[in-house]
Amino acid sequence: MAQSEQEILEGIAELVNEETGLPKESVEMDKSFTDDLDIDSLSMTSIVVQAEEKFDVKIPDEDTKNLRTVRDVVNYIQQAQG
Amino acid sequence: MSTPSLQAPRGAEHARILGVGGYRPERVVTNEEICQLIDSSDEWIRERSGIVTRRWAAKDESVTDMAEAASRDALASAGLTGGDIDAVIVATVTHPYQTPSAASLLTHRLGTPGAAGFDISAACAGFCHGVALANDMVRGGTARHVLVVGVEKLSDFTDPHDRSTAFIFGDGAGAVVVGPSDTPGIGPTVWGSDGEQWDVISQKHSWIDVRDHTTEWPALRMAGQQVFRWAVWQMAPVARKALDAAGVAAEDLGAFIPHQANMRIIDAMIKQLRLPERVPVARDIAETGNTSAASIPLAMERMLREGQAASGDLALLIGFGAGLAYAAQVVVLP
Repeated sequence: MAQSEQEILEGIAELVNEETGLPKESVEMDKSFTDDLDIDSLSMTSIVVQAEEKFDVKIPDEDTKNLRTVRDVVNYIQQAQG
Repeated sequence: MSTPSLQAPRGAEHARILGVGGYRPERVVTNEEICQLIDSSDEWIRERSGIVTRRWAAKDESVTDMAEAASRDALASAGLTGGDIDAVIVATVTHPYQTPSAASLLTHRLGTPGAAGFDISAACAGFCHGVALANDMVRGGTARHVLVVGVEKLSDFTDPHDRSTAFIFGDGAGAVVVGPSDTPGIGPTVWGSDGEQWDVISQKHSWIDVRDHTTEWPALRMAGQQVFRWAVWQMAPVARKALDAAGVAAEDLGAFIPHQANMRIIDAMIKQLRLPERVPVARDIAETGNTSAASIPLAMERMLREGQAASGDLALLIGFGAGLAYAAQVVVLP
């Protein structure tokens, strides 16, 4: 079932918090994972794999490269769920 | 005329690891030295891999030289001599001769006249493949004592200018002797491969390309994120299957000795496995780097030597790497 943008954002924030310890509030739509949140490629892979499970979608490695901001991930999941 | 009946081979009821040995080359290579040729830093390398130093073999030190040193150590630990060995299996991807095998020269050097000798190519999963074979050979009656060696001189196959792999690999050798036992000492092996991901970790070019096109040296290349995803989320269930197949609970383990690929993979795997905190985990990678087939026996030897694990403890081993290939089993530590 498709989830709202806000629900997905909150889910991503939880995963980022679990993986890196960053506060959930810091995970905002326009933040870049690498530049703003300082998340490296391996942590990003962990977050993506856990997002696949949480949101019941598939996010292949070749697509992960293009997911720069939190919004990119939220939109990707919304489209995949739709 | 009646057909004569065939004599079937008869092996030991059980097999176990009787002794373990390791060899670490003398030269310690720091992250600072690696960073002379790549745009990186000590901090970046530690964060991404947990590697602080690695060992590199001397220019004239061969795969067989290192294998011999580790084998002598393993034989001494098992209380055996070369003459007691019936078969030698060498797991390696860096023996620089297509033929003959490193194992055949090793049988000669160790004074194991007439012993069978062959190499296996299963990259970082090679050692656990070798243990599986040795266990079956001893129990199947093909050999009484089998020497299994994991050895790599990865510094010969590393591109020192490739910032994604230059800091990862190291050189070294580890060996075990597998022989008969009154009680089970090696659990069922859970193994397999995923050839669809053949190119995720590989030599850059084939030897034929090197001959025909004078291309660059065919060092190893690796798609780090793909390997990370596969290693953590596909291999943790394999490790769990090996525990289940052995009838062992994670709580019963005296050690977890995964292939020393990357500290981040080890940490994520522990989390996925929900390994109890009191189970000691091999973290030899910090000072040894990723030595592919040699990493598990080297880490095993170290844990026993430093008292992190004891003889008789149950240890979960899992090797995974290029192929992609994997193998896992629970063993009783020697």
